[in-house]
Amino acid sequence: PPPHSHSDWIGPPDKHSNLRPVIFYVPPEESALERRLREARQENQACNQHFWARHNRAFRQEKEEFIYSRLKAKGLEMRDETGQKATLNAEEMADFYKDFLSKNFRKHMQYNRDWYKRNFTITFLMGQVALARALRWLRWKKKIVE
Amino acid sequence: GFFVWRLKGAGTGHTPCQFVHLCRGANDRLITFQYFNFLKRMYVTQYNKDLSQRAKPKPDPVVSPFHELQQLDQEKKVIHQISPISPVHQPWPETSRRNELREVESAAESEASATPVRAEPKEDRQWKEMKLRLDELPGILARLSKIKLTALVVSTASAGFAMAPVPFDLTCFLLASLGTGLASCAANSINQFFEVPFDSNMNRTKNRPLVRGQISPLLAVCFAASCGVPGIALLTLGVNPLTGALGAFNIFLYTCCYTPLKRMSIANTWVGAVVGAIPPVMGWTAATGTLDAGALLLGGILYSWQFPHFNALSWGLREDYSRGGYCMMSVTHPGLCRRVALRHCLALIGLSAVAPVLDVTTWTFPIVSLPINLYISYLGFRFYRDADRGSSRKLFFCSLWHLPMLLLVMFTCKKSGLDKEDKNQLLGESHGRAVEMRLP
Repeated sequence: PPPHSHSDWIGPPDKHSNLRPVIFYVPPEESALERRLREARQENQACNQHFWARHNRAFRQEKEEFIYSRLKAKGLEMRDETGQKATLNAEEMADFYKDFLSKNFRKHMQYNRDWYKRNFTITFLMGQVALARALRWLRWKKKIVE
Repeated sequence: GFFVWRLKGAGTGHTPCQFVHLCRGANDRLITFQYFNFLKRMYVTQYNKDLSQRAKPKPDPVVSPFHELQQLDQEKKVIHQISPISPVHQPWPETSRRNELREVESAAESEASATPVRAEPKEDRQWKEMKLRLDELPGILARLSKIKLTALVVSTASAGFAMAPVPFDLTCFLLASLGTGLASCAANSINQFFEVPFDSNMNRTKNRPLVRGQISPLLAVCFAASCGVPGIALLTLGVNPLTGALGAFNIFLYTCCYTPLKRMSIANTWVGAVVGAIPPVMGWTAATGTLDAGALLLGGILYSWQFPHFNALSWGLREDYSRGGYCMMSVTHPGLCRRVALRHCLALIGLSAVAPVLDVTTWTFPIVSLPINLYISYLGFRFYRDADRGSSRKLFFCSLWHLPMLLLVMFTCKKSGLDKEDKNQLLGESHGRAVEMRLP
């Protein structure tokens, strides 16, 4: 993002987590409240990134392992004669999906709770910051009039 | 008045738009044909994007329904998860959600969205400033509120209103539709607010406004409140308190029960089906002011419809659900998934037969609707037996036209009741003569 910009910038989805990273703008006269908000958003971003990158990597890995083991059981190689990667059809993958979902259930429950808490906190802080800014602007306007 | 609906592939930006003119009024026929068309397109194009990666751009001008059908048959498909409303699923949610549908967009927005397919991915890879642009706002809010799904919900509510055995009151109808639409917008926005990281990880939903940072969460919540509060107020004060209460309850059910439940247990599908069933009940109560058997029947029909619709849809999304942590029957209990879909297809036949008993329709309704109900049950059975992508897709697409067709037939077979005084007079005048039923 350009150095003179006064707003946050959001980028393309991350390769591992599929989340879009945000670069936060730090205004020179940042109030304590605004700093809390920015830090909360940064922490949220980091937590989400960490969780999903790890989760998606685990998914891909376990999927590969599953395909490999199933193909081996069927007596096939990972790549066929043409060099194409051999895949299993949707019905065969269904067992893997079911297994993966149940294995990660507790992890998801924990993440859900954390995410909801963080989301509410951030939104509430945003509300407070917006209110504070509005009041500041009104006071400034009053000063101008006087 | 006339509303111009622009059809757009929800969030994909890949599909060119089709203009559909919806005549507001008691003209359910037009509504059902157009929305079915629209649904087909939406789903097919979504399917295209997700599965085959070969999005075929469609011609812009309005095409006749049958021409559309031919085109669609030639294309591959994919489906999408619930989604509120929008869904859905159908209706509100995602689940009905599953049916994310239409949007009312300003001309400017449609201009911007009609860019060629290639432009989207490139734009996606750039860093964007997180500043809210006012000219983009209508489009962003439309996507946030899943306006297409909302429109579908409103049309099921209108169907409920139209089926109620009372003289048609235009003001009441418009107020009820507007109130329902606002409530649906609110529910969908909150749903998206809750689901940002999950939406980012699923192909179907990764282009939503909050995921892309086009709007802040605070604004999303404010928008939801500014739609929900007036919407419910409108329903409570402008229509009747019962409809308002149902609307508020539905918002609660969708945002606070269905959305979190999606990640906790497969029971979310049943809750989502109730969410989808409530709008027609609301339409009925808006017209009559009471919750009688006819309302529950209509709700029951929509409730049963949700299952073949959603279960078939979710069959193709198992990978995304599994990775995203969504507890759906298609992943955890595949046998149950197919059984329930079939069960409810058959239930539709039963419910259609109950309609004349409750004086909602004449006896022609179960007879005329039998072919389509049998057909969807047959597809449900094939899905149950074959359990593959082909049968799930067939069932899903059938459900898309089955519902509008069923509602249409229901409307044409509506039992028009004569006033009590007239009835007594007639009976008094002619003892043996049968009372003639007029079709509306």
